[in-house]
Order: sequence, then structure tokens, then C-alpha cells
Amino acid sequence: MTTTETQLEARRSGAWASGLAIAIGRFVLIGAITFLGLLAVTFFIGRVIPIDPALAIVGDRAPAHVVERVREEYGLNLPLYEQFFIYVKGALQGNFGNSVLTSNPVMTDIRRVFPATMELATFGTLIGTLFGVPLGVLAAVKRGSLIDQIVRLIGLIGYSMPIFWLGLLALLVFYAKLGWTSGPGRIDVIYEYTFTPITGFYLLDAVLQGNWDAFWNIFSFIILPASLLGYFSLAYISRMTRSFMLNELEQEYIVAARAKGLSETRIIWAHALRNAAVPLVTVIALSYANLLEGSVLTETVFSWPGLGLYITNSLQNADMNAVLGGTIIIGAVFIAINLLSDLLYQALDPRTRAR
Amino acid sequence: MLINQLNAKFRLLVGSAALSALVISGVPAWAATPADTLVEAFAIDDVITLDPGEAFELTMGEINGNTYDKLVRLDINDPSKIIPDVAESWTVSDDGLTYTFKLKPGLKFASGNPLTAEDVAYSFERAIKIDKSPAFILTQFGLKPDNVTEKAKATDPSTFVFTVDQPYAPSFVLNCLTSTVASVVDKKLVSQHVVDNDYGNAWMKTNYAGSGPMKIRDWRANEILVLERNDNYHGTKAPLNRVIYRHVKESATQRLLLEKGDIDVARNLEPNDLEQVVKNSDIKTTSAAKGTIYYFSLNQKNANLAKPEVREALKYLVDYDAIGEKLIKGIGEIHQTFLPKGILGELDEKPYSLNVAKAKELLAKAGLKDGFSVTMDVRNGQPVTGIAESVQQTFAQGGVKLEIIPGDGKQTLTKYRARTHDIYIGQWGVDYWDPNSNAETFTSNPDNADTGTNKTLAWRNAWDVPDLTKETKSALLERDTAKRAKTYEDLQKKVLATSPFVLLFQQTEVAGIRSNLKGFKLGPSFDTNYVFTVSK
Repeated sequence: MTTTETQLEARRSGAWASGLAIAIGRFVLIGAITFLGLLAVTFFIGRVIPIDPALAIVGDRAPAHVVERVREEYGLNLPLYEQFFIYVKGALQGNFGNSVLTSNPVMTDIRRVFPATMELATFGTLIGTLFGVPLGVLAAVKRGSLIDQIVRLIGLIGYSMPIFWLGLLALLVFYAKLGWTSGPGRIDVIYEYTFTPITGFYLLDAVLQGNWDAFWNIFSFIILPASLLGYFSLAYISRMTRSFMLNELEQEYIVAARAKGLSETRIIWAHALRNAAVPLVTVIALSYANLLEGSVLTETVFSWPGLGLYITNSLQNADMNAVLGGTIIIGAVFIAINLLSDLLYQALDPRTRAR
Repeated sequence: MLINQLNAKFRLLVGSAALSALVISGVPAWAATPADTLVEAFAIDDVITLDPGEAFELTMGEINGNTYDKLVRLDINDPSKIIPDVAESWTVSDDGLTYTFKLKPGLKFASGNPLTAEDVAYSFERAIKIDKSPAFILTQFGLKPDNVTEKAKATDPSTFVFTVDQPYAPSFVLNCLTSTVASVVDKKLVSQHVVDNDYGNAWMKTNYAGSGPMKIRDWRANEILVLERNDNYHGTKAPLNRVIYRHVKESATQRLLLEKGDIDVARNLEPNDLEQVVKNSDIKTTSAAKGTIYYFSLNQKNANLAKPEVREALKYLVDYDAIGEKLIKGIGEIHQTFLPKGILGELDEKPYSLNVAKAKELLAKAGLKDGFSVTMDVRNGQPVTGIAESVQQTFAQGGVKLEIIPGDGKQTLTKYRARTHDIYIGQWGVDYWDPNSNAETFTSNPDNADTGTNKTLAWRNAWDVPDLTKETKSALLERDTAKRAKTYEDLQKKVLATSPFVLLFQQTEVAGIRSNLKGFKLGPSFDTNYVFTVSK
């Protein structure tokens, strides 16, 4: 390598680094503004709905003076903007208040429920990607064939079937009838005494503790809801892969590659898919982010103690601190995943790097 | 061949997928729960605190009944009677103001600390001073933060003296002492966890300091609640080592778990799932009437609803039989008086049935021959939504046009408490196992002004009844139990005839259980759903 080439390389990577820094800076700024907006909207919606928050805290049977005292303790008698100010001040210091329902600080709760959702979502997205991408590619390559029809049918079913019903059906077949998997829940009650969660990602925890019995037990629980979520993301991912691939296969460089005499396998998997992968990353990331919000229905059917269930339950009980905390976490996840997919974009597409 | 076209990477991928499929099918499914553990599926999302001085939710009533001792307990075979718990015996002074309890000897908390009258006094003191929702059950006897240490005190380690401010009916006082808020807590243990003079409230929200047959080992909200046998318990030790409540909300999910044997008891089965599970020979059901009454009520601020004829007419425009047979089958029984079955003074009378002609006649008498329009606030969910729809149809037969306003539970309740509804449909569960609990809310309204702070059900419907308020109060001071019961019967008759309350049914709690369980029985109240008597 000559000196000029090295310099050029260095300059280019320097430009890339500063580009990255700007990108991150921009994201932080946008993130902060989005956050504040999110906070404000959620906070004020929570306060204008016709529910007395004090009632949510002490219940219907509390005597009048207890209700009054709680109103004072929680600052509910202050003007709205003042309440909001106090809330934001606390939130900036990492204090999101206590959940009425669980008696714990909201962040403690979220640290407990979020890993459950994340474990499920990660597993589900993994399944969706591992199966969805190849299926989509196959469908595109064999456009119009039986395989294509089948893949599209699978996608259509995944799109239109209510997850609630499909979840119950899956339980009925794989758990109740065939006995291949465990039922609703995260781990068998007999492990209540031998297995202690550390990170909250049970599969990981079991590995860390070398508790293989527990690992397989957890696996037998997670596989069914994860497959279900995986199926839904597969439906989406395979459809998108198919259409991206169809687009790529029509490009001139494919014709050129064929003319060059490359094998069809190489053309499809090394060239076309490589290019289709760029927009696909966004698709997968978005579908992952969607699952991370917590799939309320799946979590209900499978008694999965995750974020979706937590927020829904809090919402129904007007537990506003928990709702706000949960919303912020979801917002953070969305922003983080967007950033991540943008970075992946840059890694996958050289043109975005050069710029 | 298709597979030949795939590159090495993809083959690896397919291979690993096949491998994981193999693994799945190889995992054994657990067929039965451990022999020393009772596993229940139960919607436990109403549990918000474990502190007996604060808890006021139904599920927590059950947990508390299994894990904490009180001075006295309800006799589950006849819940209008009281039996000793940590108190061995008690006497009431002639003036009816002083109750002296003698404690059983050698009592111990689960922690190993001795349980003395000192702990009982401390429990009363902290309940009054932390002053949470259920504290009124004790403050109604004249206890205040500044006099509680005097009115509820230990005179020696085995003697606890409780002084009340008026000569109340002893049945009333003792019934109230069976409630959660009167649980005995471990003074020494709680004192170690006091922060900012909070009597350990913050710690007690998620921890246990009792002496009951079981102890609470762990609670993870909306997930699991684990009880363990307390080997220091003063009575018969529980046969099982532990009881696990798993939070499972869906009836269909509970049914699957039960049929599969992954749980021993399913607590929230809906009518159609109940019908199905009993077909399985390994499963049976058990039920018990509970202290919760469903009703709808007519706001007296609405000029039409305030007419006595209209109040009566609407009671005839409800198809009780259809509701009983279709909408609440297995989960309730038609009941038209405000005291639930099983409580002192209960009255089993059902004078109303669907009678459109009679209702029309009454409406005509009220000058509403052509009917009128009215709204009903209905919380989302069953069975109230179904009942509201049934009522809508039968009202229409009498010419009354009912508009249903659906809403979230807390939302309809907020409106109800602000007295801005026309008709509200909901339920009322007894706060403590005494007739006064329901009488006070249905028949007493000390201040009917909008500023009134005593938001009884009578107040919420603007039903101004000074005479009934007085009568309700008099029943509290009636020391002859038989006479006291008569007063409540009289109150119920009056409510039946003239009140703006249309009482519909009493809730039945039902559970599906595996046949190998022995001794599982739902009690007459939520606090008496005992699990410590169950064996396998």
C-alpha cells in the first residue's frame, strides 16, 4: 500500500468517524426532544382522562380524609404544569415514582418485566429472520411457482390470523394434546427454589448458573410463544424479503453477473441478497421493536410476565407512574433500535459510508 | 433438487432449525405438580400490598387469612359465629365498653419471636397511625392516633384490653376484629424496618411478619405468590410444604393448565370453561356463596328516577330468571336483599320478577305513560355488560329507553362518586364480616349535601334517608344479637320496597380442582378460603 493510499484510507475512516459522531449527536438531540414530547403527551393524557388518580391509589372504600391525604402526598392538588415539572425533575434524576399496583419503584418493576419481553422478542425475531429471509428469497427466485404460492399463503395467514386465537390453538395442540412443550408461564414452579434469576433473561441466567435442567425447562416454555411471535414476524419478513429480492433480481448487475458466468447460487445469495439486505435490516429492526413493546395478547395467553402486560394492567388501573415509565422505556427502545439499524445500514451499504 | 442450489451457509441454517425441532420434541412435559406443593392459577393482579394494615383487596384477604393470625376468627362452618384464634378467651365488661382478651400460652411468630399482648397492641397502634384505607374498621370504635395506645393496650404479656367509645353490639366488635386490618404483626421484626416513622409500612408492602399457618415467602406482582408452611404455627400444622399462586388471567388458559395437571386448582373459570372441565373425570368443582352483591342504582338527582313509582316499576322491569339462568350461571345466584347469605341478619326474600303490565301501571301513575329516556354507566366486562343489555331490553318493554354508556372501571366509578350518573351498575363486597358493613352503605346517609364526605351508596345516589340512617345506627348499639338481627331484617325489607337500589344477585365463587386434592374448600368469605388444610 502506498503512502497516499494509506492517507486516503485514514482520511476516509476519519470522515466516517466524524460522520458517526454527528449522526449520534443528532440522534441524541432528536431523542431528547421526542422524549420530552412523549412525556408531556402521556402525562397530560393521563391527567385529563376522567379518572380520579387518588381513587386509583386508595380504592373505592377509603374514607374521605385518607383520599385527601393521598391527594396531598402525591401532589395531585397542585396545578397540572407544576405536577408535570415535578415529574420531569424526578425523571431526570432517574426517579419515576412508585407503582401503585406493585408498591415498587417503577424502574424496579421495569427491570423485572422488560427482560421477559426482550427474551421473548429476541427469540421470536431470531426465528422470524432465520426462516423468513430464506423463504422470501426462495419465493422470489421461484416466482409464481408452488413454493412462492405457499410462502405467500403463510405470509397471508400470519397477517390475518388473530394472535390470541392462534396462541390458544398452539397451546391446545403442542402443549395439551401432543405434550411437546410446556404450557403458559416462564418456568416450572419446581424451579422456584433452585433457580434464581440474575439478569432476568432466564435462558442466559440458567447458562450462567450451569443449571441445565432449568435451561431446558425454560426453553420448553419459551419455545411456543417465541415460535408464535416468530411466525408473525416471519410472515412480515418473508413478504418484504420477497419483494426486495424481486426488485434486485431485475437489476442490470444480475444480468451482468449471469453473463460473467457466475453460478445462480452465488448470484442469489452473494449478490442479490447482499443488496436486498440493506432495506431488510430496517424491516427486521422495526419488527423487533414492535415485539419489544410487549405483545399484550401473547403475554396474556401465555401468562408471560412482560412489559406489555405490565403497561396494560397499569393503564386499566390508572397507575399513571407505571404507564409513564413504561412509555418512556418503549420510546427509548424505539430510538435505540432506529439508531442501531442506521449504523447497520452504514456497515452494510458502502455508499452511506463514503458520503 | 432444491437443496443442491442452497449454499453451505443455508444448509447449516436448515440443519440447525431441524436440530432445534428435534430438541423441542425431546423436552419432557411436566405432568403433575410436586406432591408437597399446592399450585393454584389465580388472577392475583389486585394484590397491591402485603401489609395487613393497608391491604383491602379480595385476593389479599385470602392470603392474609392463610398467613396471619387475629385475636378471633370466623367459624367457617357457621360464619355468623366467632371462634378463638390467638385469644384463648375473652370477656366483655357490663357497660359494654371494655373487651379483655386472654392469649393462648407459648405463641410464636414465624420469625421465632414470641407473640405477646404487646404485639397485639402494637398491631392496633400501627394500623391506626399509618391510617390506610381499612383503618376505619378500627377507628369506628373511637380509636385515634392520640388515644390508641391507651384504648388498645397490653396489661400483661398474655392480656390485651380493648376499650370502645360506645356500648356496641359485641357481635359487631368481634366481627370487625376478624378482618385483615386487625392481624397481629411481629413488633420486634417490623421495628427493625421502620423508615421515617412509617411503622415499617414500606417494608411490609412486600414482606411478611406474621404467625399464621402459612408464611409469605415471595410475591412478584402479576406473576407469582409463594406461601410456605409456618412450623411455628400454634394450631394444626399445614400438611403441605408450600402453596404457589400463579397469576393466570385467562379462563381458557387456566382450563388447559388444569386439564393437563400443571396446576391443582383453577380459580377464575368462566361458565363455558366450567361446563367443559367437569367432563374430565380427574377434575371436580367446588363453590361457595361470597359476600359480594351485584346491583344497579337510580340516582335520585334525576327527576324521573326520584319518583317512588318509577323506582318500583324499574324493579319489575328486570328479567331476574333469564339473568340467573343465562348470564350468571355458576357464578352467582339471584338475590334481592342487601345482606349476603351467611351474614348475621340475612333475609332471603325475592318478591320481584319481570312484570311488564305492573310496571306500566306504575309508570302511568307517575305520569310517565309514554316512558322516558335514561342512561346507565357500565364498566367494560362481564357479567355486568350482559346484564345491562338484558335490562335494556326489558326496560324497553315498559317503554323506558335505556342508553348504555360503556367505560373503564375506574372511570365509571369516578362518575358514580361524583353523583353525575343516571343509573350505575356495579357490585358491593362486604368490608368486614358484619351486617353493618352493608347496612351502613345502603341505608345510611348522614349528609346528603354534595359536599358530604361520607360517600355511602345511599349518598352516591342522593337518597336522603334520615330515618333509616338512625335505625342503622341503633342496630350497632343493640347488644342482644337476636334483636340486632331483627333490625337488619327490617332494614332490608324497607330497602326492598322503597330504595333506589335494584339488587340482582349474590356472587358465587367457584373453583375447578384436581380430584386428588383433599380438604380443598372455598370459605364463606374471601378471608376464609383456606389453603392450609389442603393435602394430596
